[in-house]
Amino acid sequence: MRNDFQAIVMGVSAGGFNALHTMLPLFPRDFPLPIIIVQHRISENNTFLEESLNRVCQLTVKESNEKETINPGIIYIAPGGYHLLVEKDLTFSLSVDEPVCYSRPSIDVLFETASLAFGPRLIGVILTGANDDGSEGIKKIKSKGGLTIAQDPESAEVEIMPRSAIETKTVDFILPLEEIPSFILTVLEDS
Amino acid sequence: MDNEDIEIKVLLEAVRLKYGYDFTQYASASVSRRVKKALSESGLEKISEMIPRIIYDRKFFNSFVRNLSINVTEMFRDPLFYCELRERVIPYLQTFPHIKIWSAGVSSGEEVYSLAILLKEEGLYDRSMVYATDFNDIVLESAEKGIYPADNIQKSTKNYQKAGGRESFGKYYHADYGSAIFDRSLKKNIVFANHNLVTDSGFGEMNLILCRNVMIYFNLELQNHVFQLFDSSLCNNGFLCLGSKETIDLSVIADAYMPVSKKHRIYQKKIHRQGGTLKNAE
Repeated sequence: MRNDFQAIVMGVSAGGFNALHTMLPLFPRDFPLPIIIVQHRISENNTFLEESLNRVCQLTVKESNEKETINPGIIYIAPGGYHLLVEKDLTFSLSVDEPVCYSRPSIDVLFETASLAFGPRLIGVILTGANDDGSEGIKKIKSKGGLTIAQDPESAEVEIMPRSAIETKTVDFILPLEEIPSFILTVLEDS
Repeated sequence: MDNEDIEIKVLLEAVRLKYGYDFTQYASASVSRRVKKALSESGLEKISEMIPRIIYDRKFFNSFVRNLSINVTEMFRDPLFYCELRERVIPYLQTFPHIKIWSAGVSSGEEVYSLAILLKEEGLYDRSMVYATDFNDIVLESAEKGIYPADNIQKSTKNYQKAGGRESFGKYYHADYGSAIFDRSLKKNIVFANHNLVTDSGFGEMNLILCRNVMIYFNLELQNHVFQLFDSSLCNNGFLCLGSKETIDLSVIADAYMPVSKKHRIYQKKIHRQGGTLKNAE
């Protein structure tokens, strides 16, 4: 398999707090890619999720700022109340465009713009959640030649979101939550 | 550059040449999303097919530019920002006999009505003049009407209460056929006017400028241009309020301002300035 990936995008909704706390600590300190995450949340201006994840992760977890350059080895989380977009110069921008799938931030918006910026060098991951946000995005990533992963619905706290992604028939791998980090590491090490 | 990027670039250039609206310095990812949304509404296949329609069909252009310019907001968005405004900015403004306020990029108008309500409750409304500007006349017209879907009222009421509202929110609108129509008296001292942040210059010395969640759509150069415009439009000690994820820190005017509320992005212009150059400010 190819190993020229430049970024990972993840989308997660209901059940995400536990899922992220289980999975993200499994990425090693020297993990070479940025991980960009949309977790649906209410639009309150707080950083509780980032702080809590930072206590358990080996990688730095931070909220993504507008115009910030995307750096490897950082876990970025979309701020509540804003869409997070990836620009082609590999910086972030934010928008208050209307919600997509009732969500702002929307997973589709992140995935679509990231697939335009990173092309085939993008890995998209859909985790637990109770709506179908991210399914359009997964299709876009696949259409640009990227790699797509869904959490095994059996292992998901809420199975609707990964199941909806899988139903698009554009998901390459279906994996239990805990195995996603080691799988990605294997992909990156393959030459 | 891929084909789609070329098409968008040519299309934005056509809009600029024909109508003077300049979107070329907007952050590309959201412009490109919005252009594609306009495309899917148009029923056309390629972005470049919209170019002749934009040039020759004013109606088509109007709906296109609406797609590019509407920012979705709500009454008292970020309620805690309004609390800070009440507590930290209003007491200062209360010392002035006349207050000039600029709400830039009003879009559908929720922010300027929120502000008007706050000014009323703080006893400042009658000596305030609020300039509510946007570059899009159609948007301005609808902002001026102050009619919103009744569906939003529950959220607005909740925000209003969290924002430290002193009255019953129902006092400020009346419901009519699924709409909430905001009270005419809120508009008395609001001037709705066309102004383009990209191409127009400033007007007058403001005590307070609100421009929230507008500059996130701009690239860094355009942001700096607008920051300079605001700087030249603010009186000494005037206040600048940005959206909760926008910052003055990376801009060319950063040194001339101090944060009044870092978290809620309220900044105050410092007084000491020599020869109008920014770097001399303490």
